[in-house]
Amino acid sequence: MLRLALTRLISALPNLAGVVVISFILTRALPGDPAAYFAGAAATQEAIDQVRVQLGLDKPLLEQFFLYLGALARGDMGLSLTTGQPVLQELIARLPASLEMVLLALLLACAIALPLGVLAATRPGSWIDQLCRLVTTAGVSLPTFFTGLLLAYVFYFLLGWAPSPLGRLDPMFSPPPHATGLYLIDAAIARDGMLWWASFRQLILPVLTMAIFVLAPIARMTRASMLAVLSADFIRTARASGLSSTTVLLTYALRNALLPVVTTLGMVFGFMLGSSVIVEKVFGWPGVGSYAIDALTASDYAPVQGFVLAMGVLFVLLNLLVDLLYGLIDPRVSVTA
Amino acid sequence: MSASASPASAAPMNSTWKHLRHVLGENPVTMAAMALFTLFVLMAVLGPALVPYDPLASNSDVALQAPSAAHWFGTDALGRDIFSRTVVATRLDLGIAVSAVALSFVIGMPLGLAAGFFGGWWDRIVTRLADTIMAFPLFVLAMGIVAALGNTVGNIVLATAIINLPFYIRVARAEANVRREAGWIEAARLSGNGDARILAMHLFPNSLPPAMVQVSLNMGWAILNAAGLSFIGLGVRPPTPEWGILVAEGAQFIVSGEWWVSFFPGAVLMLAVFSFNLLGDALRDIFDPRRRT
Repeated sequence: MLRLALTRLISALPNLAGVVVISFILTRALPGDPAAYFAGAAATQEAIDQVRVQLGLDKPLLEQFFLYLGALARGDMGLSLTTGQPVLQELIARLPASLEMVLLALLLACAIALPLGVLAATRPGSWIDQLCRLVTTAGVSLPTFFTGLLLAYVFYFLLGWAPSPLGRLDPMFSPPPHATGLYLIDAAIARDGMLWWASFRQLILPVLTMAIFVLAPIARMTRASMLAVLSADFIRTARASGLSSTTVLLTYALRNALLPVVTTLGMVFGFMLGSSVIVEKVFGWPGVGSYAIDALTASDYAPVQGFVLAMGVLFVLLNLLVDLLYGLIDPRVSVTA
Repeated sequence: MSASASPASAAPMNSTWKHLRHVLGENPVTMAAMALFTLFVLMAVLGPALVPYDPLASNSDVALQAPSAAHWFGTDALGRDIFSRTVVATRLDLGIAVSAVALSFVIGMPLGLAAGFFGGWWDRIVTRLADTIMAFPLFVLAMGIVAALGNTVGNIVLATAIINLPFYIRVARAEANVRREAGWIEAARLSGNGDARILAMHLFPNSLPPAMVQVSLNMGWAILNAAGLSFIGLGVRPPTPEWGILVAEGAQFIVSGEWWVSFFPGAVLMLAVFSFNLLGDALRDIFDPRRRT
């Protein structure tokens, strides 16, 4: 097991390196002269040159790259011009908000998509199969910003069930004492039921929006792999041996069918990290995505670059986690690895 | 499958046509998608000539009016006709998607074919490139590219093309890889064709069917991506009508009940993506019946 984890870790390294190289290229591809930009609008030529030396922009590109690596190793992603704070610090402070939303959405999407896919596969051609087909095609066609606004209109304006779709917490509450940064967990630790409920209510719409978006790939994969497994010989044998259909379906079929689904989780994470930017903008969610958008609007590039790099690294790590999980639930993998 | 098929090719043409009719007839949804697709192409070509109002003309007398006979989709905060703006936006949105997909097709196919055909270090470099792009959440990478290169429509196209590139590289590489050793490739080589000619005249046409399916599936995704970038304020800028911007302009009115400002552009955007996705599924059914789900 340890050896497997090690091989996976090593195989993730080239991707990690690729992410860093592309991030570096993006930082140097800024329109115009980065030195003039970072020196500010009113800077003299002398000040610009000084900034150029300071940023190491007068050195050869390869040396710049190693300086960049050194800065990253020290956790230095530059300063945000608008807030004056180090980018890394701000990203870390805002990451829990994004993660709380993404993880809950993934849970919700799996809770709906897995049963839907299984039911559709066991009854091909039935209404539930048609429903699954509709959901998978419609799900990938829905722009998240459109779903989000629609949900906000229906559940906030028309029905009044959801709270005002703005931010993580109603202004009359103050955030729970910081433990994990995930409000649901922090509120539970503080044993504050009201606060927990308030944060939960704020989460419902953004989480629903994102879950609808990622339902489709999970349901589609579950259905397809369930169909493939159900027609396998060992299922026929299990049925012929007189096992109950629930045992056949859940213990025999589903366990095997889940393997390809776990593989798609990596791709699903990619979708979610991307679409979280849009969902955060729609719901005024104070996560890393809206941090990057605010910086973009203010032409503040360091946070945007930091965000792209952070998301790339996070995505590589999540894929690594999925790989490890796969090795854990499918013992055959470790034999071939 | 050109319209000017010679009599000699009539028989296979006929069977393709029958297969097409069978697939279409079996699935009425595909017919609907086909009709929608035609409608969107017409809107893109004729849109600006057809709309009842100037999409940029504001009129404060009719600001924020609900849909009516005069303004089918209502008006926005500046009194601009949302129907006209939504229809006119079709050309820009489809234009961005078509150029982006075409660009990644033109770059990705040769790269992928060469990688699959030659193998070796060339294969390793191209595969590494595709993997590196895929190592990012693609929408985030597109954001980073547009932010770095500058906030223009051209860069939206470029960013969308770059994030689509790995899909074409992979399709072309897989196709070239399985056919590299095929007898007819050997035959072509023996009759004096060079590598470049084999790639262009023999391997490329044979990898077209899966590539076309990819194009159709990617189109919807490219539209979503471009609209998403505009929604967060990258690329197309107001007051230019573009679906993502139109939805963004109405976002603040959702909480006060003026739903139509965002709803109609968003619904049209969704329909466009939906019809491309359905067409992609149908194309896959036609070209590759085994992968039908």
